[in-house]
Amino acid sequence: MAAAVRAAAAGARLRGVPSALRTAARSLCSQPASVNERIENKRRAALLGGGQRRVDAQHKRGKLTARERIRLLLDPGSFIESDMFVEHRCADFGMAADKNKFPGDSVVTGRGRINGRLVYVFSQDFTVFGGSLSGAHAQKICKIMDQAITVGAPVIGLNDSGGARIQEGVESLAGYADIFLDTSYLFITGPDVVKSVTNEDVTQEELGGAKTHTTMSGVAHRAFENDVDALCNVREFFNFLPLSNQDPAPIRECQDPSDRLVPELDTIVPLESTKAYDMVDIIHAVVDEREFFEIMPNYAKNIIVGFARMNGRTVGIIGNQPKVASGCLDINSSVKGARFVRFCDAFNIPLITFVDVPGFLPGTAQEYGGIIRHGAKLLYAFAEATVPKVTVITRKAYGGAYDVMSSKHLCGDTNYAWPTAEIAVMGAKGAVEIIFKGHENVEAAQAEYIDKFANPFPAAVRGFVDDIIQPSATRARICCDLDVLVSKKVHRPWRKHANIPL
Amino acid sequence: MAGLWVGAVALVTAGRRGKRPPQLMRSAAALWTLKTFDKILIANRGEIACRVIKTCKKMGIKTVAIHSDADASSVHVKMADEAVCVGPAPSSKSYLNMDAIMEAIRRTRSQAVHPGYGFLSENKEFAKRLASENVIFIGPDTHAIQAMGDKIESKLLAKKAKVNTIPGFDGVVKDADEAVRIAREIGYPVMIKASAGGGGKGMRIAWDDEETREGFRFSSQEAASSFGDDRLLIEKFINNPRHIEIQVLGDKHGNALWLNERECSVQRRNQKVVEEAPSTFLDPETRRAMGEQAVALAKAVKYSSAGTVEFLVDSQKNFYFLEMNTRLQDPYKSFGLPSIGRLSQYQEPSHLPGVRVDSGIQPGSEISIYYDPMISKLITYGSDRTEALQRMEDALDHYVIRGVTHNIALLREVIINSRFVKGDINTKFLSDVYPDGFKGHTLTENERKQLLAIASSLFVASQLRAQQFQGHSRVPVVRSDMAKWELTVRLHEEDHAVTASSRGSTFSVEVDGSKLNVSSTWNLALPLLSVNVDGTERTVQCLSREAGGSMNIQFLGTVYKVHVLTKLAAELSKFMLEKVAEDTSSVLRSPMPGVVVAVSVAPGDMVSEGQEICVIEAMKMQNSMTAGKTGKVKSVQCKAGDTVGEGDLLVELE
Repeated sequence: MAAAVRAAAAGARLRGVPSALRTAARSLCSQPASVNERIENKRRAALLGGGQRRVDAQHKRGKLTARERIRLLLDPGSFIESDMFVEHRCADFGMAADKNKFPGDSVVTGRGRINGRLVYVFSQDFTVFGGSLSGAHAQKICKIMDQAITVGAPVIGLNDSGGARIQEGVESLAGYADIFLDTSYLFITGPDVVKSVTNEDVTQEELGGAKTHTTMSGVAHRAFENDVDALCNVREFFNFLPLSNQDPAPIRECQDPSDRLVPELDTIVPLESTKAYDMVDIIHAVVDEREFFEIMPNYAKNIIVGFARMNGRTVGIIGNQPKVASGCLDINSSVKGARFVRFCDAFNIPLITFVDVPGFLPGTAQEYGGIIRHGAKLLYAFAEATVPKVTVITRKAYGGAYDVMSSKHLCGDTNYAWPTAEIAVMGAKGAVEIIFKGHENVEAAQAEYIDKFANPFPAAVRGFVDDIIQPSATRARICCDLDVLVSKKVHRPWRKHANIPL
Repeated sequence: MAGLWVGAVALVTAGRRGKRPPQLMRSAAALWTLKTFDKILIANRGEIACRVIKTCKKMGIKTVAIHSDADASSVHVKMADEAVCVGPAPSSKSYLNMDAIMEAIRRTRSQAVHPGYGFLSENKEFAKRLASENVIFIGPDTHAIQAMGDKIESKLLAKKAKVNTIPGFDGVVKDADEAVRIAREIGYPVMIKASAGGGGKGMRIAWDDEETREGFRFSSQEAASSFGDDRLLIEKFINNPRHIEIQVLGDKHGNALWLNERECSVQRRNQKVVEEAPSTFLDPETRRAMGEQAVALAKAVKYSSAGTVEFLVDSQKNFYFLEMNTRLQDPYKSFGLPSIGRLSQYQEPSHLPGVRVDSGIQPGSEISIYYDPMISKLITYGSDRTEALQRMEDALDHYVIRGVTHNIALLREVIINSRFVKGDINTKFLSDVYPDGFKGHTLTENERKQLLAIASSLFVASQLRAQQFQGHSRVPVVRSDMAKWELTVRLHEEDHAVTASSRGSTFSVEVDGSKLNVSSTWNLALPLLSVNVDGTERTVQCLSREAGGSMNIQFLGTVYKVHVLTKLAAELSKFMLEKVAEDTSSVLRSPMPGVVVAVSVAPGDMVSEGQEICVIEAMKMQNSMTAGKTGKVKSVQCKAGDTVGEGDLLVELE
């Protein structure tokens, strides 16, 4: 409450600032003000960023200011700002003039808390020179990054910048961007440059809008309705992650019993092996409270990745999606999956893999595109991951794609098969067509193949799956396994870094 | 099989019902010890198949279920001792496939067949084929099925037995022109219906010539697809009647008796929505007169089973014979309108006192487009009507159905409606009370405050829970112990200022100037949440809770979309841009999964607003899709025979 009052007071003060600022500026010129007064004036100016006119313009575009975003992102009253007095040092093109100096420059930095947990944050201020990156701006970001590393806390960057400040010519830093639907664009070169170089006509939205980056390029991981929705979701997302790679996956209080049976899963896999079902239904049913924070939900939809909790502990979920392209692996889904697996491994988040994969997508487009190289990324990522790995084969696990999906052969800790699982080199029809090419009684052969391989036994007798479990027991078994795997330790020989096939 | 229909009513007031049921219970109890068959086959699916199997188990009879491919893992298959697949998903190829069913009977050596209701229950040929193989048909004999299954013949018989009948044309209607001629003779309004049908399928009411033609076309199509028989008949439509039916029991020695009535006036498209026994409307004389006529009819057809004689009763307590169901009572449609999909979560309120649930589904069941959408029947009993109604309300609140839409909101609204509570109902009740369609419960000011207080409390409870980490990091967690939460809650496009402060599991919430105390376990993992708001117990369901603050809360049966934001977030939300909604008048999308039966337009055609563009059949009902505005057809994205999903584009206008 105290925080809310303070925030409201700050808001009131902000609105009153412009005239006060002018008076202050005049008094600064004519007679020296006391140091305290100067401090107060600078602070006020910093809070207003590029000035009320630019703040209004930002709002008109449906965007919040750098400070408003921080207030929404962090717990009320927890923000502690640094470098409020930093100003840019450029003297060219009239930039040295007082009217072109803004306390804090074009980025707000500091630290605060999200649900009580420490986080460092920078938020680019579009109202000051379009949020462009100056030397001072970069220095402010680097400073909090260094502090964050020192204490083992993460950094969240809220990007809203036109790019490098041309007047300075400073090289831009690479960074992540949260993309807000319809108000944000992200590209290496804008439409004008594209037109002049390649003669393509393209709009900002088409070239680097939220839709492009969340469905086609895979550059952005999620798009949200607007700033408010995005920041609420970042808070939610942050709760899944450890503060650093030195911390274990966080455990939040859980009201969902770990031994809860999930009877609705016993009938989810259709009897016809060609019929699709929604893997997300399985994920929702298994995880705590049906809460699943999906990453890249609109890109390479034949694989599902995201975060959830099991008995309170964060887990990373990877699943083939039979509803899209039969859940096959292709270039994009392999890369999407590999990146996610490596993220989880880097941050000590156990991996739960749900497998229903008919194989790799065949065809020239995939082969010329290097599916072997890209598929190997997913294989490599699973193999090198040392976090707990639990795998559930719900239906198909065919050929090389079976191996890739966190199989026993890639050192899965626990690998389960549902009774509906078929672990084989390929489907019965394809296999029989090859084995019995030209033979007459193909149907009988196919039936024999189905009887032999279209069930979990061949894999189970060889120990490729540890157990055949009832789907309804899946949640209880995984929770139990994760409790045991908490102390998992894998020692790898020293190396500078792993060499994933890029 | 007499024991089966004892409780198949929605609301029972045992106080007035008490005179007869005890005998009934005794006779039912006697049946359990009377073993009749070793093994029977149930030629049905879903709720009724489960109900029959349950009774067989009590009687020590082995059961054989039949099922289609789509139903292979459904509840009735699991419950039965044996199961036989009789064909693919469409019922014409499975549950109506007599060859396959006869084969299943032979293979399993079933001695008898219980047909349930619908499907082959009133099919005289099926009864004949069973008789020829010495398999007993559990139900009336072929003669009675034939006599009563045919609406024309049954009406003639009823007349002969001195049963009151509705004036009308008794004969097959050949074409639309003849339909119009007959309708004019009888005088509008008229009812056009399938000769072979029942349960509202193939029935249309026509108020003029045009509607007669349209009704004739629809009814004959529906009749053909549901019963394989497109004969129709036309009769006088009794406006605003009540629908009351009498149960009869006959034996092979020419005895018949009647039991009390049940009132099924609350209907939607002639499908029963709520049933009640006894009727609040009948006096003892009318009841006796109806019962005696029902018995007279049963005797006239030498009826030797359990059956139902349906009557229409007008406001003067004149009653007319409607039809006789020569089978188990059709269920009323307690959950009659679910969409198609998978039941991701499902929980029945059968643990509550005085509540019975008859269903054929379980968590994970698939509601398919091929069969009747009735998924469950909910029955409550009470020592008086008020108690039975109160229990129904409670049971509906405790019913968890996720993954498909359902009509809990409507049912709950009906039973608390003042007209219903007074007993002032007729078959037009729903269209009278909801002339523009049912839009959900209308909150009183107090209820609105309760909902806002509950939503706010849920929000704060989840926010507080989000800080509960178990010592995981080297960096300590510093919780912000906010004493008071200032929130803005949006409901129906309106913002409400709310402040909430928590003391343990109780929240003190101030909504629009009123103070409410809200307490609960706030267990966010449970599908049902019992909440006490200022002493009133409410059972709510939080269907979804998103990070951005939007929640779907089922409160008083209806699902409300509530958006909870902190005051700060709400203030900043004002700067967010409004989404431009798709102009839905120029696109026609399928409202549900189904099959396109007919497309009446082509690209370039001019259509006027409200004109029929295509017909989609889903859940055995034909739905006329009409143009949202007047304009030119830009493109047609479907053709007759296509299977379409919910939201699929059908036709685009320019």
